[in-house]
Amino acid sequence: MNNTKTESFGVLTSELALKIDEIIQNYQGNSTKLVGILLDIQDIVPKQYIPREVATYVSVKMNIPLSKVYDVISFYAALSDVPRADYVIQLCDSVVCKVTGNTVLRDTITELLGIKEQEATADGKYWLEYTPCFGACDISPAMRINGKVYGHLTTPDSVKAVLDQYK
Amino acid sequence: MSKTVSFITENFGKYDPNSIDSYLSIGGFTATKKALAMSSGEIIDIAKKASVRGRGGAAYDTGRKWAQAAAVPGDDKVVICNADEGEPCTFKDRNILSKDPFRLLEGMIIAGYTVGAKNGYIYLREEYRHLRPLIKSAIQQSVDKGYLGDNILGSGFSFHIHLYSGAGAYVCGEGSTLIESIEGKSGRPRIKPPFIKECGLFQLPTLVNNVETLAIATAILQNGVEEYLKYGTPQCPGTKIISLAGNVKNPGAYEIPFGLTLREIIYDIGGGIPDGRELKIFQLGGASGRTGSAALLDTPYTYDDLHKYNLVVGSGGILVVDDRTRVIDFIKSIQDFFIHESCGKCTPCREGNRQIAKIIDRFVAGTQRPDDLETALRFANIMKNCAFCGLGETAQSSLLSAVEHFPEEFGKTEVASK
Amino acid sequence: MKNVKIKIDNIDLVVPEGTTILEAAKKVNINIPHLCYHPDQAIKANCRLCVVEVAGSKKLTPACSSYVFEGMDVQTNTKKVRDMQKGILELILANHNQDCLKCLRNGNCELQALCQRFNISKTNLEDTVEALPLDNTNPSLVRDSAKCVKCNRCVEVCQKGQQVHVLTHSHRSVHYNIAPAYEAPLEETFCVFCGQCSAVCPVGAIVEKDDTQKVWDAIHDPKKHVIVQVAPAVRVALGDEFNLPKGSIVTGKMVAALRRLGFDKIFDTNFTADLTILEEGNELIKRVTEGGVLPMITSCSPGWINFIEGRYDHLLDHLSTCKSPQQMFGALSKSYYAEKMGIDPKNIYTVSVMPCTAKKYEAQRPEMVTNGVQEVDAVLTTRELARMIQSAGIDFAGLEEDQFDNPFGIGTGAGQIFGATGGVMEAALRTVYEVLTGKGLPSLNFTEVRGLKGIKDATIKINGMDVKVAVAHGLGNAKPLLKQIEKGESPYHFIEVMACPGGCIGGGGQPIKSTMDVKGKRIEAIYKIDEDLPLRKSHKNPDVEKLYEEYLGEPLGHKSHELLHTHYHSRGMKYDFSELNK
Repeated sequence: MNNTKTESFGVLTSELALKIDEIIQNYQGNSTKLVGILLDIQDIVPKQYIPREVATYVSVKMNIPLSKVYDVISFYAALSDVPRADYVIQLCDSVVCKVTGNTVLRDTITELLGIKEQEATADGKYWLEYTPCFGACDISPAMRINGKVYGHLTTPDSVKAVLDQYK
Repeated sequence: MSKTVSFITENFGKYDPNSIDSYLSIGGFTATKKALAMSSGEIIDIAKKASVRGRGGAAYDTGRKWAQAAAVPGDDKVVICNADEGEPCTFKDRNILSKDPFRLLEGMIIAGYTVGAKNGYIYLREEYRHLRPLIKSAIQQSVDKGYLGDNILGSGFSFHIHLYSGAGAYVCGEGSTLIESIEGKSGRPRIKPPFIKECGLFQLPTLVNNVETLAIATAILQNGVEEYLKYGTPQCPGTKIISLAGNVKNPGAYEIPFGLTLREIIYDIGGGIPDGRELKIFQLGGASGRTGSAALLDTPYTYDDLHKYNLVVGSGGILVVDDRTRVIDFIKSIQDFFIHESCGKCTPCREGNRQIAKIIDRFVAGTQRPDDLETALRFANIMKNCAFCGLGETAQSSLLSAVEHFPEEFGKTEVASK
Repeated sequence: MKNVKIKIDNIDLVVPEGTTILEAAKKVNINIPHLCYHPDQAIKANCRLCVVEVAGSKKLTPACSSYVFEGMDVQTNTKKVRDMQKGILELILANHNQDCLKCLRNGNCELQALCQRFNISKTNLEDTVEALPLDNTNPSLVRDSAKCVKCNRCVEVCQKGQQVHVLTHSHRSVHYNIAPAYEAPLEETFCVFCGQCSAVCPVGAIVEKDDTQKVWDAIHDPKKHVIVQVAPAVRVALGDEFNLPKGSIVTGKMVAALRRLGFDKIFDTNFTADLTILEEGNELIKRVTEGGVLPMITSCSPGWINFIEGRYDHLLDHLSTCKSPQQMFGALSKSYYAEKMGIDPKNIYTVSVMPCTAKKYEAQRPEMVTNGVQEVDAVLTTRELARMIQSAGIDFAGLEEDQFDNPFGIGTGAGQIFGATGGVMEAALRTVYEVLTGKGLPSLNFTEVRGLKGIKDATIKINGMDVKVAVAHGLGNAKPLLKQIEKGESPYHFIEVMACPGGCIGGGGQPIKSTMDVKGKRIEAIYKIDEDLPLRKSHKNPDVEKLYEEYLGEPLGHKSHELLHTHYHSRGMKYDFSELNK
């Protein structure tokens, strides 16, 4: 067997491979559903990303050229090819949250967790990324944690209260 | 008295969106039953009479669009509900999806029936993933009760709805790009011609409509087009759900009749600017919309009135910015958005954004060069005229309009309009 | 087909419906500027250079992707249009490594030509180029992303044409790039090095690896005996680089130029092409009569070999064990020729001039060694040879014709037609038929295997047996034939596969701008050379006969196996996940 020499080799275990096969089956192995398949796979990979090994596995199993799979992973902002964390914190960095003042939110996260954008905490629990508008403008400033939306985050206490739910 | 109305949003809070029985108990699916008893031509006439402009932002007349789609030969057509809602400062579709999903499904069924489609696809942005279970359930319950699937209510019309997820790309809100995404590829827009109405998803004739547009279709068929026409102005009848946000006391998605002025919207409905500050900039239609200043607040919110001042309804987003924000910082955040979202395929947008971003950064830092503004405007115009798709064409709308309305913030006393 | 009346730049013309503005303009001698457009490819419309003004439209209209309508009124050179086009060029240049003086495409670059047209060079834009690092670790091609204009021509040829699917666009916005998955260097991918990408690139973003300095060094080294062999497809293409009409036959001038460059001996690869036919023809006869693996597939196209060794390594037994003519020549040059000339093989420097970039990869394969030395020391593409000739100041068009040298100077028409798709097949049939039936062929022209159709097949009756053959050119066309073999349903005895569309005359190392049109002319030239030659059957080549008498013995004999045959092996790149699925 000849495989790629990436440090993420260890992520693709038999258990994970089995789960990936199930996901592919849920979508009837339909190559047009690649985006949904990759999103579902990302949800079950520890640290919420698509390692190169997994992308290659999907490419072989679904008979889609690796170059196409990579194009999809690299294009969509919701798909990450670098390991993130158990909890992915997404701060809206678009114009609405900026004008309503999201600096308190940003600074509080940085202070409490000690990480900057595109960084994970040393214990691998939290990852911070800035994203464009996710439609929570009426409760801005807002953030998402693992897809759940929290708004009205204008004080450090409000931010801390949310983070405390993700220990 | 509140200036908001509830025609499109009449069901909000009136039923449990998780339950089709709850929906039926308030008269749900009446519109579908009425539609299935009409001919396609009759429905198109109603749509034309209502003159609903596409609510995603392109503002194409829905009646005309449905007529064109119905006229395309073929019996395997597709209806796509564009639930990508990626435009910043736009969250009206989120409300419809979360509070009245069945109204949307009805709109798709009606559209499908009118144009002769077999399948419908909802393209839901990834950022609304928390709504997936709700929508999936709504679809399944509709199937179980015979409102979706084969031979709906014995009419002979069969229609299946499939839910697809986006993955964080604003450009996938554009019709052909959305189709590329549903086909499992990266989101790069397609060349037109061929147009998607003839050759769209899986090469089939495809109709793409916004969530709000489809919801209006249901509302109109349920209540009658005359009801709809009671709202708004004679030139611009009906209602619109706006997304009001930013430095305003009461941000939210409100349904308003066309014809209210911007001042009424921002100050009466929105409660005005908090902390005693003044309005400096407003932006209509999200990040791709043009900006305006306080001088234009008395403009009525209709397509034609706004057009006189080079403004658009667009997605219905209304962003209010007070005097704490420098225009240049505002422009920078818009620029950052488009640098993040451009698909990168065409030269004007990819390279134009790259170069204009560098110039904007210099303006933000105060280190701009003497010819920087002229260069930025020149390339903004090139993007506007030559880009491959609407994103590239409108990415610099805010810059171009901001220079007009706030020349002093760019170091000019007056600007000759281009 | 309905006709449509339009106006371009105030000139009236009538064109069929379905014509694009770009095509219509050409009919009235207007060349609207364009960069991503390629006549043999799908319309891309991403460079946006071809924008024009159409009356009634507020925005500008891209000419390559817009179709004419009745009454259309187009202006291609208004101030607005020209300002926009200049601006777009400035944008491209700002993110383009303007290294023109050293670039291999200097003087032959579509971006240069456009900048000259609009009189543009440096602008007031920031010109720090944001690009991926250089990829030059493989023997055949160099990818310089700092010059890429993202036209996507290479992506299309790799994905839709060759269907190797290595190059792709990825990421978005300012990070949008053309590269293999994970920005891997080509040598770590399934790339077959066919060079079709370099053949369609409008600029110097993908070029052949330049080995001219290596060859100059050898020529200038008094200790080295430098010999050169030239492939059949080069002599109908080299003239392109010297402004001769496309498809000109320039054999004599080519040899004369090589002589002037300083090569000690100039030989004809057509000779070893004939030799290949003797070996491969007999191998086919053996397999058919003794129940060997069928269908047998040709092995002279290294792009094809890289392809089957990569993705179809379970079908390697179908390949002929013959080396390619290039390598057979190389092997003989370091054995038979060395002995004959009394020169130590270590001092023989064998160069080949090929229409092909994959030949550079083939030459450095570790098994392509004879008597302890690499059989072929350097491969020059047609383009590199042209550059050497120009660099030496030789006036090619004015040269007097010269002849190939002995003992490898005679090639028959059968060897010559190797350069065209179907040529190997036809050459093989000419010999196999006569060897088996003992009779001369009624006609030497197997026209069913000629021409540009993607997959061609024919049935030839030999001694009462229906021999079925197939010919594919362009790797995408090989796939259906391979699928048939995988399913056990292939009806063929013998299949010829050429990696490049058109065969070698369309190789990745041929002069730039080799459109299908030009390829057609080269194919005509190839068959003309064949027709005009006195000897048209490989087994009638006297130098080949002599070689067997003097040295090899007989086809498929011991010496042949040692020198002229090889083993093809898997590239070991396919992933085997069976361990995980236990």
